Amino acid sequence: MEENHLKNSCRALLIGGSAGSLQVLFNLFPAIKPDFTFAVIIVLHRRNSGDSALSELLSTKTLAHTLEAEDKDPILPGKFYLAPADYHLLIEKNGTFSLDYSEKVNFSRPSIDVTFESAAEIYGPSLVGMLLSGANEDGTKGLLTIKKMGGKTVVQNPETAQMPFMPQHAISHHAADYIYNIIEMADFINNLR
Amino acid sequence: MIEDEDIAILLNDLFDIYGYDFTRYSKASLKRRIIRLCALDKIPSYAELRYRVRTDETYFKRFVEEITVNVTEMFRDPSFYKSLREDILPVLGTKPFIRIWHAGCSTGEEVYSMAILLKEANLLRKSLLYATDLNPSVLEKVRKGIFPLNQMKQYSESYIASGGIHDFSMYYTAHYGQAKFDKELAEKIIISTHNLVSDSSFNEFDLILCRNVLIYFDKELQDRVLKLFDESLGTLGYLALGTKETLKFSAVQSKFRQLNREKIWKKII
Ligand SMILES: C[S@@+](CC[C@H](N)C(=O)[O-])C[C@H]1O[C@@H](n2cnc3c(N)ncnc32)[C@H](O)[C@@H]1O
Repeated sequence: MEENHLKNSCRALLIGGSAGSLQVLFNLFPAIKPDFTFAVIIVLHRRNSGDSALSELLSTKTLAHTLEAEDKDPILPGKFYLAPADYHLLIEKNGTFSLDYSEKVNFSRPSIDVTFESAAEIYGPSLVGMLLSGANEDGTKGLLTIKKMGGKTVVQNPETAQMPFMPQHAISHHAADYIYNIIEMADFINNLR
Repeated sequence: MIEDEDIAILLNDLFDIYGYDFTRYSKASLKRRIIRLCALDKIPSYAELRYRVRTDETYFKRFVEEITVNVTEMFRDPSFYKSLREDILPVLGTKPFIRIWHAGCSTGEEVYSMAILLKEANLLRKSLLYATDLNPSVLEKVRKGIFPLNQMKQYSESYIASGGIHDFSMYYTAHYGQAKFDKELAEKIIISTHNLVSDSSFNEFDLILCRNVLIYFDKELQDRVLKLFDESLGTLGYLALGTKETLKFSAVQSKFRQLNREKIWKKII
């Protein structure tokens, strides 16, 4: 898979998902080799508050360190970060997270677009954005921004998605460089440098 | 497209001309808000934005209102309010007089929630709630105590989840899509502008709430503001932060003990 190598080495992989994407992560996590050399930042739409158990649940599926992103935390390679419920997650130039409690975007907080756009600005061509199953328009604009800034985008094949609307929306708006099923996604990630 | 350098220049203008210092705010958030404002107000270029902020004081006020985030709710995080009810108010109730400071209170939903808790604990009579924010316009809304009626269903649910046992609608009267909260609640609220960056301590409090404000500051400013709170708390006073904010790793950490799973600390020295 030569083609999926970024021009610049990958510093961050962003994964956005909504309805039906938790199952994808449960399948994807064990398939990702835990020695990856970039940060993986996951933005999931979920029920309000309280369920910080989600990062614990996901951490049972991988050997890599999995944690909820905290305000002003440094973003380190080799870790899975999960956006906390009910805050937008922003990326600072100095390589730290900031949380933001502003208006919902696409009826969502965290919003995938918000984090993707913020990260695209910081990481430019060293960024990969991935969009999974969902029933919302969130993510498309973010992927387009990532592309515009020179990064690469992957969208889950809608035929394999429990909720095809979100990935289909991205594809229809030409936001996808690659359209993959779960196995192909894992392969792509394992070959990212 | 607005560059980081442009934003730095704009922030310098704000400080030089109006004395507001935003230089230690989260850059990622500021940039997002500025781009959003330019889109809202159809401002075509950075030069135009800078010109308007520099020369038009009314627009400068709008600018500050829009680059700060004023989103808030009543009884947000019900378990937090439950802990106030069960763990904090009984202790404060033993005092002859209770002073509470809501720093960065925005439009006041949090302040009215607190007034309701105090009333239900029979403590409102002997309490004062200081509601402060950087933005005069949000404080105007605190004064009025009028919130959108379409939020009340959710607020009522959060109120119940926080341990409230009454019919939430007894606290307001509905009027043309608005909920006007009881005068009795507002009577104990003292409203004033206060900038956490540049203004100093102005009283001694038994409880300070500053929720979802520190996330917009960088580490150093967070530290400075936490020191200000430390100076403004009486012995054994309480400090409450937002669910994603912490005293950990700050300079005042050793003077406080976290109470429980909620973001509430007690000052121990
Ligand atoms: C997201 S709101 C938080 C409202 C409420 N405490 C809550 O948690 O729902 C943040 C508030 O902080 C205020 N703020 C921002 N910078 C400030 C400063 N330097 N001094 C005082 N208030 C500030 C903003 O104007 C805004 O109203």
